[in-house]
Amino acid sequence: MTTIVARDTIRAPQRAGDRIFSTATVVAGSLILAVLAAVAAFLLVQSLPAFVATPADFKGDAANFWAYVWPLAFGTLWSALLALLIAIPLAIGIALFISHYAPRKLAQGLGYIIDLLAAVPSVVFGLWGIGVLAPLLQPFYTSLVEWFGWIPLFAGPVSGTGRTILTVSIVLAVMVLPIITAICREIFLQTPVLYEEASLALGATRWEMIAMAVLPFGRSGIISASMLGLGRALGETMAVAMVLSPSPQVIFALLTSQNPTTIAANIALNFPEAHGTGVNILLATGLVLFVITLAVNMVARVIINRRKAFSGAN
Amino acid sequence: MSTTTVAVPLTNSLTAGKLPRHSGPVVLLVSWLVTAAVFLIVQLSGASTSFNVAGTLFFGTVLYCIAIYLLSFFVEGVRKAKDRLVTALVTAAFVIALLPLISLVATTVISGLPAFLTPTFFTSSQRNVVGPGGGALHAVIGTLLITGLATLISVPIGLLSAIYLTEYGRGRLARAITFFVDVMTGIPSIVAGLFAFALFSLLFNDPGIRFGFGGAIALSVLMIPVVVRSSEEMLKLVPNELREAAYALGVPKWLTILKVVLPTSLAGIVTGIMISISRVIGETAPLLIISGFTASMNYDLFNERMMTLPVFVYTQYANQGTDTQAYLDRAWAGALTLILIVMVLNALARLIAKLFSPKLGR
Amino acid sequence: MSKRIEVNDLNVYYSKFLAVEGVSLTIEPRTVTALIGPSGCGKSTFLRTLNRMHEVIPGAYVKGEVLIDGNNLYGPGVDPVLVRRQVGMVFQRPNPFPTMSIGDNVLAGVKLNNRRMAKSDADDLIEKSLRGANLWNEVKDRLDKPGSSLSGGQQQRLCIARAIAVQPDVILMDEPCSALDPISTLAIEDLIEEMKADYTIVIVTHNMQQASRVSDRTGFFNIAGTGKPGRLIEYSDTTTIFSNPSIQATEDYVSGRFG
Repeated sequence: MTTIVARDTIRAPQRAGDRIFSTATVVAGSLILAVLAAVAAFLLVQSLPAFVATPADFKGDAANFWAYVWPLAFGTLWSALLALLIAIPLAIGIALFISHYAPRKLAQGLGYIIDLLAAVPSVVFGLWGIGVLAPLLQPFYTSLVEWFGWIPLFAGPVSGTGRTILTVSIVLAVMVLPIITAICREIFLQTPVLYEEASLALGATRWEMIAMAVLPFGRSGIISASMLGLGRALGETMAVAMVLSPSPQVIFALLTSQNPTTIAANIALNFPEAHGTGVNILLATGLVLFVITLAVNMVARVIINRRKAFSGAN
Repeated sequence: MSTTTVAVPLTNSLTAGKLPRHSGPVVLLVSWLVTAAVFLIVQLSGASTSFNVAGTLFFGTVLYCIAIYLLSFFVEGVRKAKDRLVTALVTAAFVIALLPLISLVATTVISGLPAFLTPTFFTSSQRNVVGPGGGALHAVIGTLLITGLATLISVPIGLLSAIYLTEYGRGRLARAITFFVDVMTGIPSIVAGLFAFALFSLLFNDPGIRFGFGGAIALSVLMIPVVVRSSEEMLKLVPNELREAAYALGVPKWLTILKVVLPTSLAGIVTGIMISISRVIGETAPLLIISGFTASMNYDLFNERMMTLPVFVYTQYANQGTDTQAYLDRAWAGALTLILIVMVLNALARLIAKLFSPKLGR
Repeated sequence: MSKRIEVNDLNVYYSKFLAVEGVSLTIEPRTVTALIGPSGCGKSTFLRTLNRMHEVIPGAYVKGEVLIDGNNLYGPGVDPVLVRRQVGMVFQRPNPFPTMSIGDNVLAGVKLNNRRMAKSDADDLIEKSLRGANLWNEVKDRLDKPGSSLSGGQQQRLCIARAIAVQPDVILMDEPCSALDPISTLAIEDLIEEMKADYTIVIVTHNMQQASRVSDRTGFFNIAGTGKPGRLIEYSDTTTIFSNPSIQATEDYVSGRFG
């Protein structure tokens, strides 16, 4: 009885359909990893000449590649940082409004409206930044410089067009707002109702409940959402390229007509006319940008993933 | 019928100082009116030429935050006042976020409509056009071709990867793919363009290479992670019970996935794909780099520069000719076309999700 | 159509964890066998090994053998897909395919396997299977409506019809009534009684009255404690198990003293 009996009705090797299909999915998945590796590899190969380029190859008076890329990297980080300073408080406010203040029925619709901002192409944001926002802000800038010019950040002379790094940062803030909002909203909604009710039962007002239960619960979520927003702001090209008239140098003043530009915008502006080593130099700056955003995104993802494992929100 | 009234205590011990019910909206309205009055005086005094609507709304809202805090502080106490202040701030944050959206859409419609409505806008290219006139047909065709090809590349790869992650993937490879897909969503679009350029200029040994196919590759790099992410979410929503039901009927795994899992999540997947298309259709930077720009029609993805709508908008703005207004008008009209396409895609996506999702009985 | 099941010294593992240990029993054709026991004692796990559905759970595997009319399910080269065509299964919660109509749900086993079928044959199969599941009269006018439009009890009978349509020899039922109201439960129990004439039926249930009502033989599973493997404690005629069990633990359980 224990020996294996003839199996004439039940016998089949692994079927071909299964094997083909599962192989196809593995190949597709691996292809993604390959693409990411290829992005890094090809950029690296093509940007090698830039690291040994002579001063004559650089636009401006940079002596070597690092001197060329440093003001650009500064402008990239500076504008992204300013954008985040504006966007994070707003995004947290909006996310709280949608998750805890707006009527339940409206909440989803309001979320869609904010998501619409993410759907607007960046080139349109650029047009809007020059055509509408810059002229609108210029009078305020004038008054700011008049009254607060003694603060180095607001030092004059004021830009006559309003096309300053602060305007760019505001545009960038609007562009990253939907990303940060969407993640914060999700995380606030995941706050265990138990905590919320516990604090309400202690006689807390709604704000005290949020400060006691929702915000501490969502802290790491807010951090990683901001990092993702930072990643997006770092890489944003067209809005910066269109709004700023660049002068590649390290300047902190926000309201003058001398503004640092970003890596991405510099590439977009100079690539169409670049040739020879110039192309390699621009590719190399792109590689620097890639490395910066990759690092920011990886840190953000690690935080998110760690939070998922320990949140107990499921 | 007379009843003896029991002496009711004059104050209920649970009541406290409280603002009247609609005091919030009333205070907000008053704040706006006050600010409007201030701006009106400024305008009448000649300091500014037009009435500042955005300023009124912005500073009025700021004034409201201060007013409601003080009012509540004196009537209801500090805790309640803080609560009201935060409510005001949070609501204000939402309104402030709406302002750019409204302003942007309004400006685009108003500035874009004149050129958008000219009969030639969708029937001709910019070839040999110097002043006003001409159209964006070459850009529309280019956008359709490049985005279409990018979709053709991204959807199979993205969908199959999502199937791998939900149905097969386990262990290190799956974790690596999940992680790097997330990381890839953060690749700057211009880097995708540079990648495509670096790739093809090496492949064809052409340091100045520009063609539409490269643009499609660049867009695919941006689109694949979005497709993977959204499809994965949708596939995860399919209850395991359905898979088990199919297995128990003696259906092989691949047929279960093809005929049970995919159809059940189809509406969600299509929605995700449409939204990912709407994300990449407005990308400018990568196309500027690898597809370049031109004033002429080009139907061939593998040869010569190819214009796309976002790049059209950018070049019309960046290379304004002598008749500045004509170029700006065309730029705005291009922007309007883009926004319309994106909005239609988004609306369609939501509609599909709503109409065709099967009820999973949850 | 109906077949005998023999299980010899079967162990089920989840990765390294031994979930069910040393089960040996014989199930005769054309009988209803009920498996009872407290939660987590491995009866559902054991049931799934009878058509290799446990393999859907990552890391699960089996040592020992299960013979269906002498064919070992776990012999080399055995295709689980073919096993499942002979051993059908009905689940705890009704799970009709939401994208298919009632009629297509019945035909799912055939259609999903890419087999072509003449329209008249298909109609015959639908009617025969739905009649077999006591559902024909209730749904014959709306075969093209989605399966989810039915009530819970009807959906469960639709799932039974779907399982019958593949013409299996054995039907496994994993707590088929636990998500249903008493009336629907009664309908399913009556159906099981009728189906006995054609199929070997194994049913897992938490409801001891149900076990005593529908089954001919009953197996009692138990675990010694958390982390310990589940075992088959006693396997006998249903009347014996419920009136005169030979093991103390069984008596404690069926008389409601624990579990």
